Amino acid sequence: MNTITVNGRQHSVEGVPEDTPLLWVLRDHLGMTGTKYGCGVSECGACTVHLDGESVQSCVTALSEVGEGNVTTIEGLSEDGTHPVQKAWKEHNVPQCGYCQVGQMMMASAMLKKNQNPSDSEIDEEMWNICRCGTYNRIRAAIKTAATEMRNK
Amino acid sequence: MSTTESSSVSRRDFLAGLSAGSLVLMAKASSAGLTVTGATPETVESFDPDLFVSIESDGTVNIVAHRSEMGTGIRTSLPRVVADELEADWDRVVIQQAIGDKRLGDQNTDGSNSIRFFFKRMRVAGATARTMLEQTAAEKWGVSASECRGRNHEVVHTKSNRKIGYGDLVADARELDVPKPGTLKLKPASEWKYIGKDVPVADMDDILTGKAVYGIDSRMENQLFAVLARPPVVGGSVKSVNADKALAVPGVVAVEQIPRFKGAPSFQPLGGVAVCANSTWAAIQGREALEVDWDLGPNADYDSEKFAEQLGATVSQPGTPVRKQGDVGSALKAGARTHSADYFVPHLSHAPMETPCAVADVKTDSTGKVTSCVINAATQNPQAVQQAVGPALGMKNEDVIVNVTLLGAGFGRKSKPDYCVEAAVLSRALKRPVHVTWTREDDIRHDYFHTISRIHVEAAVGEDGLPTAWLQRVSYPTIMSLFNPRAGSPASFEQEMGASDLPYDIPNVQIETGPAASHVRIGWLRSVCHIQQNFAVCSFADELAVLAGADSYQYLMNLLGDDRELDMKALKLSNRGASTDDYPYDIGRLKNVTRRVAEISGWKEKRDLPKGRGLGIACCRAFLGYTGHVVEVEVSPEGEVSIPNVWVVLDAGVIVSPDRVKAQVEGAAIMATSQARYGEITFTNGVANQDNFDTYRMAKMADAPLNIHVELLKSDAAPAGVGETTVPSFAPALCNAIYAATGKRIRNLPLNRHDLTPE
Ligand code: FES
Ligand code: FES
Repeated sequence: MNTITVNGRQHSVEGVPEDTPLLWVLRDHLGMTGTKYGCGVSECGACTVHLDGESVQSCVTALSEVGEGNVTTIEGLSEDGTHPVQKAWKEHNVPQCGYCQVGQMMMASAMLKKNQNPSDSEIDEEMWNICRCGTYNRIRAAIKTAATEMRNK
Repeated sequence: MSTTESSSVSRRDFLAGLSAGSLVLMAKASSAGLTVTGATPETVESFDPDLFVSIESDGTVNIVAHRSEMGTGIRTSLPRVVADELEADWDRVVIQQAIGDKRLGDQNTDGSNSIRFFFKRMRVAGATARTMLEQTAAEKWGVSASECRGRNHEVVHTKSNRKIGYGDLVADARELDVPKPGTLKLKPASEWKYIGKDVPVADMDDILTGKAVYGIDSRMENQLFAVLARPPVVGGSVKSVNADKALAVPGVVAVEQIPRFKGAPSFQPLGGVAVCANSTWAAIQGREALEVDWDLGPNADYDSEKFAEQLGATVSQPGTPVRKQGDVGSALKAGARTHSADYFVPHLSHAPMETPCAVADVKTDSTGKVTSCVINAATQNPQAVQQAVGPALGMKNEDVIVNVTLLGAGFGRKSKPDYCVEAAVLSRALKRPVHVTWTREDDIRHDYFHTISRIHVEAAVGEDGLPTAWLQRVSYPTIMSLFNPRAGSPASFEQEMGASDLPYDIPNVQIETGPAASHVRIGWLRSVCHIQQNFAVCSFADELAVLAGADSYQYLMNLLGDDRELDMKALKLSNRGASTDDYPYDIGRLKNVTRRVAEISGWKEKRDLPKGRGLGIACCRAFLGYTGHVVEVEVSPEGEVSIPNVWVVLDAGVIVSPDRVKAQVEGAAIMATSQARYGEITFTNGVANQDNFDTYRMAKMADAPLNIHVELLKSDAAPAGVGETTVPSFAPALCNAIYAATGKRIRNLPLNRHDLTPE
């Protein structure tokens, strides 16, 4: 593979071994460090990005699996940090250290694309990301705020 | 308000005030101590009244943040204190992250100390600048300085209402002598405008857009990415290594051995073999391909299950008394009834969301002598990095330049800079910048673990059900073994976290310690020995309440006794080095948070919940702050525990950033939930059996508390700790609730080892 599409732009990945997880392609080869490493084994959600609009864990998604797909990372979630999820995260002062929050927002925004009125148990189900600082309650509240905005649009 | 990244600031810049940004500080030590001179870059005219603050002629106020941001909001909160006292407009403040430099004072962002240590110092910094600006304006106008007041980035002449902006005073203010701190008039609390008020943290927008730079994100030109194979057992070393296959992995550039610590582990590397590559992934693949023959060293027979049994045997025997009041032995014999219990808390790993990471650029001359070293690290303590890297490279500690990135949490792990030393010695060897990333497996397997402990408590109770004697024996490997391999029993600072500082009003008390050797690196983890000691003490209090047939809350209040202050001197308690005038051990405050948490949780009304539901209560003083917890649980017929509600009341004295404090209180409940439910690292043959989040589980949204109700008590007492203060009483409150719901008393953590089907 010679190129991948990230946030609507083509990036050269020439010479990058095809089994390299997308996470490290983004971070180390393309210099896009917004996407975070947390576990490398699909247990924490820190590395979540969108592939053709669906959330995937980039730590277990090989470059070869990306193919022609469109990858969206936090750098492309919105132009100016005003995705409803980003706004709601700010309104609820969600982040503590902030490290997990990129993955949390990518997971939440993918969920809200499909379901703009998630129940508590649906949120529990979809949001399996780990936050070691313990921001879950605010994430839940922020998701509801973002969902309201998205429904009313 | 805006921020600049520390990585753009070098030490030379710091000294000369010539940074690419606008850091304009210069300080030099004189016999009179630290004095400040107004060194100013030619392009920027600035006024530098204090190490922590400088003002430019355009009115920009630079404030130095010298503590590390790991999620507490400290990078915002301390500068807010300066800005408040300075009467600066927050929108015109630029926060500068300091490099490691001991002239700034303690930078070890650990021990819940930041606000306590620096609240006054920050006020002095702000007041110094404001006072000098007021004086400058007074001279300009030919009026008395007492008629001039700094207000919202201007000095106002109160009689004539004339005004002049701070920036316009800079040139003249520079000529003034810096007033002595004792002569300053600090603002009264009634005039505070930022202290106690919330504002989004400085890094909010960067965090939300993925621009925030953590240690793992920090990059230096031409850097290599390294991961290390470390000895599987602490104290092991490399016998031989075959790197052929590793070097054949595409992207791998070099394989380099690094030596193990000498003597005690301290903060020096565990040693091992580094694989350096053009990406983290290539390095990880290279490490997989390494063939290393290890000498496992002296800890290869460490078996934590067997060790736990030994600890049990230790606490069944008399130990070394560390606190003695009355005659426990006779009182135990004479008591109407006695009760005893043993508690166990296993090893835990910090597992901060961002693993330990650092990048170093070390330059050498033709003889191989190190000429410079710059490190960008997610560190809680840049001065500890200097102290560890200096000797490792044979350079002066103060010449090691340490830029502090944001930290993807720390919890105590990142105050130990072994990973920074790894990056530095690798960069020296490879003559290139090297970025070291710990994988999650490295992080969990090779941590500075929370200790493993057994605690025996025994009490005699009188006719009224209250104890007449309390005997407590604690045994666990000590943190001091990190520095002294012979340290073999709990240290006094450890005992003082929930054992020797027992607050209950009991006539006969004896606290004893028992020996315990260390076989892994023991470190401090958020709230440290409070974790096990308050688990035991607060659980046992509830056991006694049950024994007495009393209401747990009412019993706890009776146990705490009259409002009074503990006699810290007589009890030989260090009070974390804090003065007992500012920080007495105030039982009244401890009772107050307990009373209040009972109120807001509706304790009285909910006392008689049906089977399968229950409330638990616990309280403690930790890191000089006071916490009361009530936890509500629901236990399904299958024994599944859920936590619908947690109530927490915190009295931490003056609070600078209430919402950030609240967030930490919420986070503490969730971290403690993880530890209570699942937290356990076990060792077989010296090797940790858990190495990622599949085996070292964390509470997620679905199994964390659904609602966490936090109340911060208004107080004008001196600011106490926050970050660690509300961890300790959560787990016992949770287990007390489980008892209320199921009749099952949990004395050994974690919970997932138990069948919790209601009896
Ligand atoms: S890093 Fe991908 S799920 Fe944890
Ligand atoms: S905010 Fe720190 S890990 Fe989630």
